[in-house]
Amino acid sequence: MGFVSVLRHTLAWKLWLAGLFLLVGLGPTLAEELVGQPTPWGIGLQPSAGPVKEAIHHFNDLVLWIIIPIAVFVLGLLGFVMVKFSARANPNPSSTSHNTILEVAWTVVPVLILLVIAIPSFRLIYYQDRARDADLTINVQGRQWYWHYSYPDHGDFAYDSRPIPTADLKPGQVRNLSVDEPLVIPVGATVRVMAVGQDVIHSFFVPALGVQKYTIPGRALETWFKADRVGVFYGQCNQICGTNHWFMPIEVRAVPAEEFKTWVEQAKKKYARADGTPAAVAAAPAAIQQLAALPR
Amino acid sequence: MATATDTHHHDDHHDHAPPFFQRWFFSTNHKDIGTLYLVFSVIAGIIGGGLSVLMRMELQNPGMQYFADGQTWNSIVSAHGLIMVFFVVMPALIGGFGNWFVPIMIGAPDMAFPRMNNISFWLLVPAFLLLGASAFVGEGPGAGWTIYTPLSDSQFHPSPAMDMALFSLHLAGASSIMGAANFITTILNMRAPGMTLHKMPLFVWSMLVTAFLLLLAVPVLAGVITMLITDRNFGTAFFRPEGGGDPVLFQHLFWFFGHPEVYIMILPGFGIVSHIISTFSRKPVFGYLGMAYAMVAIGVVGFVVWAHHMYTSGMDVDTRAYFMAATMVIAVPTGIKIFSWIATMWGGSIELRTPMLFAIGFIALFTIGGVTGVKLANAGADVVLHNTYYVVAHFHYVLSLGAVFSIFAGWYYWIGKMSGRQYPEFWGKVHFWLFFAGANITFFPQHFLGAQGMPRRYPDYPDAFWGWNMISSLGSYLSAASVLVFLYVVYRTFTSGERVGANYWGPGATTLEWQVSSPPPFHTFEELPRIR
Repeated sequence: MGFVSVLRHTLAWKLWLAGLFLLVGLGPTLAEELVGQPTPWGIGLQPSAGPVKEAIHHFNDLVLWIIIPIAVFVLGLLGFVMVKFSARANPNPSSTSHNTILEVAWTVVPVLILLVIAIPSFRLIYYQDRARDADLTINVQGRQWYWHYSYPDHGDFAYDSRPIPTADLKPGQVRNLSVDEPLVIPVGATVRVMAVGQDVIHSFFVPALGVQKYTIPGRALETWFKADRVGVFYGQCNQICGTNHWFMPIEVRAVPAEEFKTWVEQAKKKYARADGTPAAVAAAPAAIQQLAALPR
Repeated sequence: MATATDTHHHDDHHDHAPPFFQRWFFSTNHKDIGTLYLVFSVIAGIIGGGLSVLMRMELQNPGMQYFADGQTWNSIVSAHGLIMVFFVVMPALIGGFGNWFVPIMIGAPDMAFPRMNNISFWLLVPAFLLLGASAFVGEGPGAGWTIYTPLSDSQFHPSPAMDMALFSLHLAGASSIMGAANFITTILNMRAPGMTLHKMPLFVWSMLVTAFLLLLAVPVLAGVITMLITDRNFGTAFFRPEGGGDPVLFQHLFWFFGHPEVYIMILPGFGIVSHIISTFSRKPVFGYLGMAYAMVAIGVVGFVVWAHHMYTSGMDVDTRAYFMAATMVIAVPTGIKIFSWIATMWGGSIELRTPMLFAIGFIALFTIGGVTGVKLANAGADVVLHNTYYVVAHFHYVLSLGAVFSIFAGWYYWIGKMSGRQYPEFWGKVHFWLFFAGANITFFPQHFLGAQGMPRRYPDYPDAFWGWNMISSLGSYLSAASVLVFLYVVYRTFTSGERVGANYWGPGATTLEWQVSSPPPFHTFEELPRIR
């Protein structure tokens, strides 16, 4: 009997927790969550596939544990006041209009709460800012309406990555997310991203890797990410850029180091230009190339 | 708060309104101009809201159903944003309620510059026509309401559509600047004897702060769109990298206007809600000075947080750290306001009439929009939320559910005063509950879509986003139905509304407008009231 009641207790406890998680959007929902792409009826952040996103998850959880109770507290207070001080329950209103202690409290307490948020938040942005020791650099260029990638420190080849129209999808490909030539990276490598613009502003955004940067004409912006597992991670252009803004997805394929080497060798041949000069040299301004190659 | 000791406002022989055409087209009377603004706002609101229903129809299912291509979609998205900001929320709150009640609440006979008031309104009409027409010219202005360059430049938007939209903003901006100058002058110079700044009703305080924000922010918008116009048409290169210009400069200038703009849209709502909460709790506003100076603080800090819209635009990390910290500071005065409203209700004798429902709904939903704002303020989390539906949900909670709820709250609160006829209470409540449910069903699931990474301004999306998009669309149809109920309420009010006296809300309503008849005489104060 004792066992059953313990079981029942833990079950109730688990259900309660599950409900709470559902509410907060922290943990897994009923369906199995997909990695690297959105999950039907998903409510939380996409599962993390790398340390940057992992750090974002930690911070996001902290903030949710603060803001959801605050919202519930305020809503509860409103509901309580509406019932307790309804005209029927309380026909004679008080005329209180000041309470110094209360007013100081609801000024100071929020400041303290904000400090609790701000300190890990600062740590997070300095961590996200740029890679200290990058294993490789990738130039990412948004164009109307496809992506152009180049690998300046791996032979400087470059290629275009275009979406696959719905009619041409093969089994296993995802509508509006799969591309013909994905961005390939080695698992576990720290990848420095140089986001450069060409025509209008686009945004390189891969949720599972916790990376987003605008690609702005005339600028080279730096960010980084690392994939800690083999897999395919999808993203989409995230800054309005014209008629096909919705149809320029990003596909990042993280492969083991050996496989990456093989791919690089193949890619060097596949994307080499007829005259022998690497495609990227022609495609991207020289200054950006130099900037990306600078040691830090 | 303020009480008039001696007010004369019998409908005497000075109270003859001019004939129809003169009265409504050459109007210099603040109440008539306020009415014009409100009518304009309702018409623009039906158009702008209609566009949002169109968008939700497209997004209900994956694939392209109703829109020919992405450019048409982008134009409609941009038009929806611009219409709602410049032609619905601002005209209703500032031009409408501001014109109607600021002079009455401070005991002034009219606005300081009645003719400038007239042109402020009449500039809005051509502005709206230009924007509306631009959608039918060439490729339409499809660069979002933020009109970032280079997308908005002539290379990518070659037709005159974008120029028309920019001129539309110029006219709307000129209208706002003149309105702001008018409010500041009126409030600072035309208060009745005894109406000190610290006795001013909170709605007037909110309008004063709003007017200063407009006066300082809108000229920056005018400057930046002028630079864009010359880039497009006269060969300058302010924002063209090939000419030494910088697209990010555009973003800085735009958001230096754009961020104060969001407070411009919400501050008047703060004022309205304060009055309504106090009236229907039959208690004076709790912490009046704190409430007033919280608005001033929000206004001041609102000017130094603009680049939190640009965390992914490549600013230095230290700069991002500053903008994060400054942005989070705004939560403090906002918290003061929320808690002071609840404290106003505490110990009160609360009647849940329709305006009160809308005001309480405002507080509840603004709180939700506020806490998601605290999350977005953090550049670290914003990396995966920037430009997603999480942001769309956030700003619709503070605007669609915040500012628009405050507009309806004000409408139900003051329609008896403005028209002399009371709205039907039952249908008002039906309107509230339908709209409350509809708007929440529309926007709450968008938090989930955003967390999952759905970008905004997409007419089609990966299939995994289907579920919540469908729910969201259903919610928007419910909201649309609530607009029909609202129109029925308007019809009933004007055809069979019960006639009401000066103060139909009873002892809780203490500001000056409740001491004049409903509707107030054409010229409100023939003799200035004295405030004790």
